Amino acid sequence: MRTLIEKVWTDHVVLAAEGEPDLLYIDLHLVHEASSPQAFDGLRLAGRQARRPELTLAVEDHNVPTNTLVITDPMGSKQVQALRTNCAEQGIELFQLGDDRQGIVHVVGPERGYVQPGMTVICGDSHTSTHGAFGALAFGVGTSDVEHVLATQTLALVRPKTMAVEFTGEVPAGVTPKDLILALIAQIGANGANGHIIEYRGQAIEQLSMEGRMTMCNMSIEAGARAGMIAPDETTFAYLKDRPNAPQGSLWDQALEYWRSLATDPGATFDRTVTVDVSTLTPYVTWGTNPGQAVPLSSVVPDPSTFDGTERAAAERALAYMALEPGTRMRDLPMDMVFIGSCTNGRIEDLRAAADVLRGRKVAEGVTMLVVPGSMQVRQAAEIEGLNEIFEAAGAQWRLSGCSMCMGMNADRVQGPQRIASTSNRNYEGRQGAQARTHLVSPAVAAATAVTGRLSTPADLEH
Amino acid sequence: MEPLTEHSGTALVLRRGDVDTDQIIPAEFCKRLTKSGYEDTLFHAWMQDPEFVFNDPARRQASVLVAGHNFGTGSSREHAVWALRDWGIRVVIGTSFGDIFFRNAWKNGVLAVQLPESVVDTLASKVDADPSFVVTVDVEACEVRASGLTHGFQIDKRPRWLLLNGLDDIAVTLGRDELITGFEAGRKPWLPRVGAA
Repeated sequence: MRTLIEKVWTDHVVLAAEGEPDLLYIDLHLVHEASSPQAFDGLRLAGRQARRPELTLAVEDHNVPTNTLVITDPMGSKQVQALRTNCAEQGIELFQLGDDRQGIVHVVGPERGYVQPGMTVICGDSHTSTHGAFGALAFGVGTSDVEHVLATQTLALVRPKTMAVEFTGEVPAGVTPKDLILALIAQIGANGANGHIIEYRGQAIEQLSMEGRMTMCNMSIEAGARAGMIAPDETTFAYLKDRPNAPQGSLWDQALEYWRSLATDPGATFDRTVTVDVSTLTPYVTWGTNPGQAVPLSSVVPDPSTFDGTERAAAERALAYMALEPGTRMRDLPMDMVFIGSCTNGRIEDLRAAADVLRGRKVAEGVTMLVVPGSMQVRQAAEIEGLNEIFEAAGAQWRLSGCSMCMGMNADRVQGPQRIASTSNRNYEGRQGAQARTHLVSPAVAAATAVTGRLSTPADLEH
Repeated sequence: MEPLTEHSGTALVLRRGDVDTDQIIPAEFCKRLTKSGYEDTLFHAWMQDPEFVFNDPARRQASVLVAGHNFGTGSSREHAVWALRDWGIRVVIGTSFGDIFFRNAWKNGVLAVQLPESVVDTLASKVDADPSFVVTVDVEACEVRASGLTHGFQIDKRPRWLLLNGLDDIAVTLGRDELITGFEAGRKPWLPRVGAA
C-alpha cells in the first residue's frame, strides 16, 4: 500500500543506497532566464554539456515587459540574451518573447502537454510545485541544482515526508481554489508543511478543474512544502487528451493504464494528516507580509496581541509595513491597484472568472488594473472569447504574457506605498515593488475589488 | 566547492520569523549573470534602517547568523545564499529553514544548522550581549560549540561528505553515469520529448 508520492518517487530512483539520498531521474527540466545563467556558465567552465536537451524546455518570462515586445531594461535584456545564447549552444528549445507559445513557464509547460501524470519535473523556480496538479512530482530548486540536472538529468535527494491534506465538506458557492489554499496556509502557517510533500485530497479537490488544481499546487511552497500533488483522474486525462506532446494512439492507452495506477492505495499511510473543513469557508485575503497571514474577507485586521511569541512580533511588523490598524474591516481597505495574472491565477479559467464579474461594469476611479494572461496561448483563447473586450471596456489594461507584477523583476511594479489586490502568490515586503502593500486574493475577488475600489467579493456587487 | 570542516566566528542575531529570500535579496538584483559580488545587495531594503543589525559596525566581521524559524522561505533564488556568503556569512543557525534555501546553502559551502528553539534562544542572548562571542560549528563532529554550550546537529550524510571533502556534487553524480544510462533505457515510451511536436 503506497501513496501517490511514494509511487512516483520510487519509479524515478536511479540509485538507492543505505545512508545516501536517492538519485532521482528528472523527466522534464523547465528553464527560465533568471535562475539559469550561472548554471550554464558552470557547465561551460567544467567543459560539460546538457545531458538531455530534449527533456529541457526554456521560456522567457521573469524579465519580459507585458506592454511591448522590446526589453528596454539593459540588465533584463542581457539576462534574456544570455538564455538565448545558452539554449542555442546546448540545443535547448526556447520559447522567446514574441513566440505565440511564450508565457510563464508554469503555464506553458502544462498547456503544451509537456507535464503528465507520474513525471518528475524541476525548475529553478519555487512555483514548480504547480505541476503537481497532474500527479507529477514537481519542485523548485536553486541554480546549483539547475546545473546538476542540466549535466546529469538527476538530483540526489532524501525523500521528504508525506503529508495528506484532506478537504472535507462541500465547497460553498463563491469559494474558489485560491480561497482553499489561502485558508490552508492560514491554518498551518507559512512553514506548516516544511520538509513534506503534500497530497491534496477529498471531494473538494476531485471537483476542481485542472486550472484550479494548478492554483492549489502552485502555492504548496507558500505552506513551506517541497511539493504538492493531486492524484490524476478523468479531469486530468481529459485535459491532456490531444494536447501537443501528449501520447497518441496505443501509447495513450498504455500511458492511461499507468496513470490510473498512481492514485494512493486505500489504506496507505502518510507521515502527517491535516484536515480542512471547507463547508464554512468564505473568500480569503491576506492582511500581512507572509501568505499565512490571511483572514476571511468578511473579517477584520487581527490584533497582534491575540498571537503568541514570535508570531506577535511578526504581526506587529507586518501591520506597520502594511499601514493597517487592528480591527479595521478588510472590506474597508481601499485599493490603488488590482493585478490579475501570475503562475497562480493567470490561466483561462481565472480570466473568465474575472471577466464574469467585470462584464458591464467599470473599474473604480483611481484604481489601476492590470490583466496579464499567463501565456500567449491564454491571451489568444481569451481574445477568441472576447474577454479582452470586457476588460478593456471596464478600463483595465490588457497585457502580453509574463510574470509581470508578481515579483518586481520587470517594468510592472507597484510605485511607492500603494495598496494592491493581487492574484499572485506572495505578499512579502517589497515583493511587488519597494513599499508595495499586497493583499493576495482570488481572481473573482480581485475583479470585484476593482469595481468598488475596496476589498470586495462578487456577491457584494449584487447587493 | 571549498571544504568546510569546522568554522569559528563571531555572530549576529536576526530573530525574525519567516525571513523570505525576497528580503535577503530583492528580485531586481537577481538580473545579474554572475555568481559572486552580491555583498551590496544583502537585505537591501532592511539595510536602509541604520539600526538594522547588519549595519552595526561591531558585527561587520560576523560570519555566523543566528536566525529564527523558517529562515530563507519563499523563492528558490540561490542569490540569497550568494548574498549572505559574499557579505561574510558561512553559517546560519535557526530553528527551521525553507527547504530550498537549506539545500542551496550547503551547495555553496554555507551551512544552515537547525537547532531546538531553547538552544537558539540561549545562543542568541549570548551573541546579543557580546559582539566578540565566538560560535564554532564542527561539521566533522556535527556539533555547535560556544562558551558554556555544546549541542549536536543533524546533517545528511551526502552534504556532510561533500562539505568535508570540498567535492563537486556534479562530478560525483557523473561517476554514476552507467546507472543513469541504464535507467534511461527503461523509461516509459510515451514520455514527452521537447521539440518533438
